[in-house]
Amino acid sequence: MKYLDEYRDQRIARALAAEIVRSTTRPWVLMEICGGQTHTIMRYGIDELLPRGIEIVHGPGCPVCVTPLETVDKAIALAQRPEVILMSYGDMLRVPGSHSDLLRAKAQGADVRIAYTPIEAVKIAASNPDRKVVFLAIGFETTAPANAMAAWQARYKGLTNFSLLVSHVLVPPAIRALMVSETNRVQGFIAPGHVCTVMGCKEYEDLVRDFRVPIVVGGFEPVDILEAILMLVLQLEARQLGAGEARLENQYVRSVNRKGNLPAQQLIAEVFEIADQKWRGIGSIPRSGLRLREEYAAFDADRIFDLGEITVDEPADCISAQVLQGLKKPPDCPAFGIRCTPENPLGAPMVSAEGACAAYYHYRRHMAAS
Amino acid sequence: MCLAIPGKILEIQELGQMRAARVQFGGIVRQVSLDFVPEAGLGDYVMVHVGFAISRVDAFEAERTYKLLEEMGALEAELPPAEQ
Amino acid sequence: MSTKTIVEKKFDLLCPAPLPAKDTILLGHGSGGKLSAELIRDVFLPAFQNPVLARLDDQAIVNVNGQRLAITTDSFVVKPLFFPGGDIGSLAVHGTVNDLAMGGATPLFLSAAFIIEEGFSMAELRRVVNSLRQAAAQASVQVVTGDTKVVEKGKGDGLFINTTGIGLVPEGVDLSADRARPGDRVLLSGSIGDHGIAILAQREGLEFETQIQSDSAALHTLVADMLGVSRNIRCMRDPTRGGVSSTLNEIAERSQVGIELDESSLPIHEQVRGACELLGLDPLYVANEGKLIAIVAPESTDAVLRAMRNHPLGAEAQIIGTVKKKNAGLVTMRTPFGTTRIVDMLAGDQLPRIC
Repeated sequence: MKYLDEYRDQRIARALAAEIVRSTTRPWVLMEICGGQTHTIMRYGIDELLPRGIEIVHGPGCPVCVTPLETVDKAIALAQRPEVILMSYGDMLRVPGSHSDLLRAKAQGADVRIAYTPIEAVKIAASNPDRKVVFLAIGFETTAPANAMAAWQARYKGLTNFSLLVSHVLVPPAIRALMVSETNRVQGFIAPGHVCTVMGCKEYEDLVRDFRVPIVVGGFEPVDILEAILMLVLQLEARQLGAGEARLENQYVRSVNRKGNLPAQQLIAEVFEIADQKWRGIGSIPRSGLRLREEYAAFDADRIFDLGEITVDEPADCISAQVLQGLKKPPDCPAFGIRCTPENPLGAPMVSAEGACAAYYHYRRHMAAS
Repeated sequence: MCLAIPGKILEIQELGQMRAARVQFGGIVRQVSLDFVPEAGLGDYVMVHVGFAISRVDAFEAERTYKLLEEMGALEAELPPAEQ
Repeated sequence: MSTKTIVEKKFDLLCPAPLPAKDTILLGHGSGGKLSAELIRDVFLPAFQNPVLARLDDQAIVNVNGQRLAITTDSFVVKPLFFPGGDIGSLAVHGTVNDLAMGGATPLFLSAAFIIEEGFSMAELRRVVNSLRQAAAQASVQVVTGDTKVVEKGKGDGLFINTTGIGLVPEGVDLSADRARPGDRVLLSGSIGDHGIAILAQREGLEFETQIQSDSAALHTLVADMLGVSRNIRCMRDPTRGGVSSTLNEIAERSQVGIELDESSLPIHEQVRGACELLGLDPLYVANEGKLIAIVAPESTDAVLRAMRNHPLGAEAQIIGTVKKKNAGLVTMRTPFGTTRIVDMLAGDQLPRIC
């Protein structure tokens, strides 16, 4: 598959890894933010190819993992209403809420369906006028245009039985929160390439300027990630020698340009507005989320359904907060692999396929054992 | 986030207000919305996420940067293995 | 912390975590992965304790007056009923014939029990029965007994079929999941993921314009050819629900060996790969209905592979891995970069993802 296979080329990957080894003279802590990048690193064992001094930590780049507990509980509560068809991306089905998850709710009779694209949910609403379709609209900026389009189409078609339960998170405010934290150890970031495809690079240039930290916009295939790591290492090593300022670089040139996707940004701005957002495992970060604008109130599940008081109940054992901030690695968690496994997850990073804990457990736990 | 896959536009479809395309991914073809990449045309590659094209693959930039990577790969293959 | 502490904990494939309070059956319990294994271990095995069942092979081999008889049963609940490359009728024959064949048995007779929902189309029933008849004829097995039940509308999802098969196991054939030894090679008869993706495409209306065909087929003649060139085959399994991963994990667990796969040797059709990339699915977990995995002694591998490739259902056969002593109970895979990852047993069904 073109533009995919070439970026899995092992000769190039080995060459990049060798160059990273040659260029590294001291330890560096780098963070990749996107769950898809975590997945690739774990799946291909990229960390095994790096010199011992380079530590890759995984950031809060899993929108599934950071969806607030309340949102999952609300989705389950709505799904359990007989008139509701709850549609969701597959990723969210196993995420644990306070007492249950969508898959279990489905097992107990709730009408929960997987959507491959949010437009399916709009179509189902149009052809089932006697039911209420609620679409669990989660994601980073990458998915916001598609979710926005679903709301826009529903409004255009004059549907009265379609709504979105929104939990959209924005990446740059999260990085900002990480950088100002006292416990931050991250010296360079790989920015999420598909988020930047949509939003462009400006916000990341601001982060580089404000925190003087190198950021490289990276893709998702092994060659992309290795190249991004090399670019970060070269910047960090040069600064060490007093040669060069931190800057933003774009590794993912085949998909990312500085301005991003303007039609997508326009639609996001038309349908959503920025709001404070709670990140599961981290807490509330100001102006780090999206919510539907007033004009779209009729399509906002939060506003049209009376969901009453939802009290949330997070297991004390789960250290996802520290994992999502890159302060701890999943194997550091005392519950990892013992009380907390993919079948019996204590927190969201163990459930989402992109969650750091699930990725470690699923792909790499034998490294710890051997 | 986020799973976006490159695919090749085989055919453009105008569906009323919306612009879509038949896009090929490896051996399969699927309908994709071009609402966010209206400039994409026949033969172009697009990155597709949840049924929507979010960018047109910049073939020129891709080739330019990939050539450098290929040279690196070829060069490395001739050197003795690096020490860790 | 990290490495040292984790090494002290024993990594058991059957997770030592206390069982969560599960009071209902989930779809995942039928998916062929960890939940299915738990259900068998916790509910069924304790109830029916006997050494034959405990082997948990695809078929049971019992001794009746000196003859080794293989018995197996399988229920077919596939949706949609009709899919490219087959239907519930042909699947019902292939699935059971293959389970017998995996024990080295020559399949002889089948029973076929139908559970039909009130209101089901007579024409469709005839279509299914005809398909079943053809598949049985092609496989040289006879359907000698059957049963029919009709359930009220709303209680049956259209049509379910159960087939039970019996066959005879020749002298000297001993195939079982606990016989794999370090040094053995892992052989796969052809491309992975075809059936699961064909079903998914049909069921979810994914509208893939290039039709992906199920690989549903009866494998007993392929098995016979393989056993004809060598008796040094330890085990054969058909990787149905849960895919190649579940099957190899079961073997690794039963034989207490490690299995290391070579990612670049896995045969996969371009269409299946495209579909998996698009949906974020790993083909190692997708069901197959016309493929087999054989664990073969190293000295016989070449001969068995040749025999497979000479048979129409084994034309794309490959050696995909090796049995090792290291990482006992785990299946690992060497990536094209020379790094290693685990091929884990999934808990329930694999779900498409967008992240």
